[in-house]
Amino acid sequence: MALLSKKDANLIKDPLADNNPITIQVLGICSALAITAELKASVVMAISVLFVLGVGNVVISLIRNIIPAKIRIIVQLVVVASLVIIVDQVLKAFAYELSKTLSVFVGLIITNCIIMGRFEAFALGNGPWKSFLDGIGNALGYGVILVIVGFFRELLGSGTLFGMKVLGDPVTKTGLYSIGYENNGFMIIPPAALIVVGIIIWVQRSRNRELIEEA
Amino acid sequence: MAIDTEKNSYTVVFAVLMVVVVGSLLAFVASGLKPMIDENERFEKQQNILYAMGVNENEGDGDVSFIPTTDVEDAFSQYITQQLVLEGTEATEKENAYLINVEKALAKAKSGEKAELPLLIGEKDGEKFYIIPMYGKGLWDAIWGYMSVDENMEIKGVYFDHRGETPGLGANIKQRFFMDDFKGELVVDGNTYVGVEVAKGNNDPLNNDKEDNQVDALAGATITGNGVTAMIKESLKLYKPYLQTIRSN
Repeated sequence: MALLSKKDANLIKDPLADNNPITIQVLGICSALAITAELKASVVMAISVLFVLGVGNVVISLIRNIIPAKIRIIVQLVVVASLVIIVDQVLKAFAYELSKTLSVFVGLIITNCIIMGRFEAFALGNGPWKSFLDGIGNALGYGVILVIVGFFRELLGSGTLFGMKVLGDPVTKTGLYSIGYENNGFMIIPPAALIVVGIIIWVQRSRNRELIEEA
Repeated sequence: MAIDTEKNSYTVVFAVLMVVVVGSLLAFVASGLKPMIDENERFEKQQNILYAMGVNENEGDGDVSFIPTTDVEDAFSQYITQQLVLEGTEATEKENAYLINVEKALAKAKSGEKAELPLLIGEKDGEKFYIIPMYGKGLWDAIWGYMSVDENMEIKGVYFDHRGETPGLGANIKQRFFMDDFKGELVVDGNTYVGVEVAKGNNDPLNNDKEDNQVDALAGATITGNGVTAMIKESLKLYKPYLQTIRSN
């Protein structure tokens, strides 16, 4: 027997490809531009969002029947903000080094439109288990794109991956650099992320024509 | 039981309860964890100060490694021989001067008020290091750091950190290749305390010229780089009266 029913499995699978939050729903673009200059930052951000969206979706889903509709957006904001602050404080106390790497993302997580989007579109109308899966799925879909973009931007922009020089040393001209290769400085500035995301969207839609929106 | 979530009174009660619950939860977490967070921050300061005077565990080219938190307190008392607070040219010793809030002290001194500026003196292998704290603005948020100079006003080491600079761009001020560029640079040009400028297009990416008061800028991080330049200059201006008394060349 499968661990998840087919419907539940789709909650995780869909956002990974055919309903990807970044390339299809075009949410969360802002953070995808801001932090993907390095692969490490992309991975850390993906994990942070995975946690916040997973737990946040469950919390919202649990209290969905008592949230007054008029102030539901504020309630959602309060839930995200509190979660993020608590995680930040706990990390500062027990994993200080890690918290320093993460601190720059705290603000970005709260303002990430995917999180509010999933609360609003899914958690408010579904049970906790389904909401949890939906949160995980969407965060993974977001993370996958982040990692892909981060991979290309760090590789082409700085010639490194996770900070390791994989193409040789640009200053002393070893490896690829000895035959005249140069880092593309454009890749490390945010507009480059738009282009990489654009290419991903193009590739994805050309492989699956059903995804192309009617003009 | 059905609750009418549409009613105004319910909305108000819900909002009030939510604020009380969330507020006390956060306050509880924050105050419960505060001692641990404070200690971590103290260790970090010690690590950063020692790093600026070259006491670290760097291995390899790109590595930035501090003395581990378990040993940092011992190392700190071993290498830091004097902790001073400065008022103009007057220096008095003060215990735990390194814990002084640099941001506030510098801001006070800058506006002409009386302020205690912390300065640490370290000794390693018979060499003396004067460690100056710095605080300034990057692109998004605060940047800060420590720089150690010798009697010739030559930089022996720096440590930079930041609160929210962009990863891969401005955040690279805390990378080894950037910080190492400052080593050996003079913070003086003749008799003026010019500091070290983070300069675009100084045609010296390998930083061979140590007399130009310039290091190579970070691509895509102009404003953070300018912030570093300004931060060094600002601290030098405030510490100049004292630095002149120890300067030997």
